[in-house]
Amino acid sequence: MSRVRVLVGTKKGAFILTADGRREQWEVSGPHFAGWEIYHFKGSAAHPDRLYASQTSGWFGQVVQRSDDGGKTWEAVSNEFKYDGVPGTHQWYDGTQHPWEFKRIWHLEPSYTDPDTVYAGAEDAALFKTVDGGRSWQELPGLRSAKSHLWQPGAGGMGLHTIILDAKRPERIFIAISAAGVFRTDDAGKTWNPANRGLKSPYELPDPDAEVGHCVHRIAMHPSRPDVLFMQKHWDVMRTDDAGESWNEVSGNLPSDFGFPIEVHAHEPETIYVVPIKSDSEHFPPDGKLRVYRSRTGGNEWEALTRGLPQKDCYVNVLRDAMAVDSLEPCGVYFGTTGGQVYMSPESGETWNPIVRDLPAVFSVEVQSLP
Amino acid sequence: MIRVVLPFHLRTLARVDGDVQLEIEGPATLGSVLDALEARYPVLRGAIRDHATLLRRPFVRFYACKEDLSLEPPQTRLPAEVANGEEPFLIVGAMAGG
Repeated sequence: MSRVRVLVGTKKGAFILTADGRREQWEVSGPHFAGWEIYHFKGSAAHPDRLYASQTSGWFGQVVQRSDDGGKTWEAVSNEFKYDGVPGTHQWYDGTQHPWEFKRIWHLEPSYTDPDTVYAGAEDAALFKTVDGGRSWQELPGLRSAKSHLWQPGAGGMGLHTIILDAKRPERIFIAISAAGVFRTDDAGKTWNPANRGLKSPYELPDPDAEVGHCVHRIAMHPSRPDVLFMQKHWDVMRTDDAGESWNEVSGNLPSDFGFPIEVHAHEPETIYVVPIKSDSEHFPPDGKLRVYRSRTGGNEWEALTRGLPQKDCYVNVLRDAMAVDSLEPCGVYFGTTGGQVYMSPESGETWNPIVRDLPAVFSVEVQSLP
Repeated sequence: MIRVVLPFHLRTLARVDGDVQLEIEGPATLGSVLDALEARYPVLRGAIRDHATLLRRPFVRFYACKEDLSLEPPQTRLPAEVANGEEPFLIVGAMAGG
């Protein structure tokens, strides 16, 4: 029988939740790296027992951990993320230019085919790559040639938080940065172009044609349709059908189109999930009701999924990297909250059950479907 | 022999229990102790001071014989009691975070 392994990064350590394919009985392992912030924690598709974790601390900086046995044992690999050349400057809150400074790794994205190749998204925003399992990291500096003097930190920092690889076309990568937007390379990271046409941010960016500066919270793709991407922006849920050449709003009947995560069903490329949040000033669900919204039409028409989720007095948030799906049948959907709950639905969102209720604030959730 | 006391999170990161004992060739200075510590435990590189500039991370502090040496330059000689192992060299995570 197949199994699932849920990798949870929290404010105070990493946790591994495992179950068989029924996804009813769960074992909890952790905290790993207790007391450290685990921004992201992900496994290799090529070698599922190879896991990578971004471990950070305001005191002691960045650590990258690697496991070759599914999280039983760990080895700290290189934490040296050196910007290529003179890093230069980016836009600061007061309109001045500010020097690039490395703070942490927000996201680790292992290659589909090589467990030793991993991309790392940094704050201040840059993309790094290892081809030796984390023993050394090199920046792909072409990204910062894409109008980076106009990039500016969002309230949470100027993090490169999303990395999407195209399994069919390895030289194509999408990344997203707050608050710069989406960028795409078609030559394996040598050159990059903004891919933000159609995004509207009238209060932050009065120029309706601004190429960069958009506060993109998360993008998602179904691997079978790499030209179709979905986006949860600061406000607005968007989609593109031409690999980011143009975006259209698909917020439709959502109660709020502000939010952080967005995810695509494992087997239905037009089925997508978001968690509406009241506003940028009030980071909790509207009306105190925790509702996942699902669209089976690729956006615009949304239905609330509430069974098993708290429908009163709930004021948690769901962060951008804290939602994931498994590839079992039916598709399981998972998300973690800032209140420390990890919820899962074993049937595509119809009902939800908490796997755990009292973890530290959840930063990230990833799922591995194992044989 | 110099005794170095690490804060909890760096002990777990370096997988050590208790004090770290280091032999230093030449004068025992702030810089030479940190060099020896990082040579013994490469996992601590970047956790105490910056990889490139070797500047102390802002919320890490250095103490010896009840003196705060955090702002002293790396060539600063450590007190004789630290250099001969009578007193430890303390690496401390600053009280911060509210």
